[in-house]
Amino acid sequence: MADADPPATHWPSRLYEVLKQADVRQMAYVPDAGHAALIDLFRADRQIVCNVLTTEEEGVAIAAGAWLGGQRAVLLMQSSGVGNCINMLSLPVIARFPLLMLVTMRGEWAEFNPWQVPMGRGAQAALEAVGVRVLRADTAEDLVDSVESAAALAFEADQQIAVLIGQRLLGKKKW
Amino acid sequence: MKKPALEQPRLPGRREVVATLLKAREDVLVVTGLGSAAYDVHAAGDRDDNYYLWGAMGGAALVGLGLAQAQPGKRVLVITGDGEQLMALGGLATIAVARPGNLDIVVIDNERYGETGMQTSHTGLGIDLAKIAAACGFAEAGTLTDLEEVRALGAPRDGHNAGPRLFVIKVAPDCPPRSLPPRDAVFIKNRFRAHLGFASI
Repeated sequence: MADADPPATHWPSRLYEVLKQADVRQMAYVPDAGHAALIDLFRADRQIVCNVLTTEEEGVAIAAGAWLGGQRAVLLMQSSGVGNCINMLSLPVIARFPLLMLVTMRGEWAEFNPWQVPMGRGAQAALEAVGVRVLRADTAEDLVDSVESAAALAFEADQQIAVLIGQRLLGKKKW
Repeated sequence: MKKPALEQPRLPGRREVVATLLKAREDVLVVTGLGSAAYDVHAAGDRDDNYYLWGAMGGAALVGLGLAQAQPGKRVLVITGDGEQLMALGGLATIAVARPGNLDIVVIDNERYGETGMQTSHTGLGIDLAKIAAACGFAEAGTLTDLEEVRALGAPRDGHNAGPRLFVIKVAPDCPPRSLPPRDAVFIKNRFRAHLGFASI
């Protein structure tokens, strides 16, 4: 995270501000390098309840429960986790629960691990097939706007939205 | 005629168990898993503060977690079946780590998949959900086999902060007539939110 590229690396704190502005009170995640900075920001915030998950679909159900109890939630995962979520997404889709997922993409740009490629290719199609609307951002500027727009669509228009964060924006994984 | 196994304890029926559990419910919020657990809760009395799942198998306890976290001043009771909870073993770890003091999970355990023809589930093959919850670090976990224990579990509690707790209630493998909650998931959601004073959006 010591990249010397300030504008591109500011996006986690800008997303955090956008999500706070949208009154998000619960955050659920499976640890992910692309989301690491945003996860740290949420975990340091005592007004946000954070749940670390064993598998991503748990977060879909937690977000529905949060809404039943009057709170807004956000889910952070990587594209491989989208595949884990599919049947659980029937809950927000059929009950029209607001759903906001931020998905860091793998398997599509300078990827070194072939095992990430199938879900990288399938994430958007799978989400759309089950009824989740997909926005996609490949620049930091577009990402912040997209998440702001997605939060409004989710929490004010009862939609189920995933914002895909392009791997090109996240940068090459360093080993 | 085959002789009944004399040593077998006679397990209570699921309808009686759930009705007993909910008898002194007061303002406890209830989330059900799909299938028989939802029918049992519905049969005990349809209420605005019931949230029934008709799908999303494995989601009940986690819907309960999100709700418990959003409503820390209220008790949340998840009532689900053994098959439904078995689909979310990892969720028990997530709940244990989250430590919601106001969340109770009750597994109505007939050791079978009732919706699909009463095939044996893992709990009928030696898997003990209460032990799994205890190993995860639930504040309390145990297995109940008679109605007196169920009545004690359903008694009003003073504090909310002694959880999370998970109880398995072993029930007879009977198939009472279905008591179907509304299938309109949007209606159930908005009715529940209105009960807590929230607008539909």
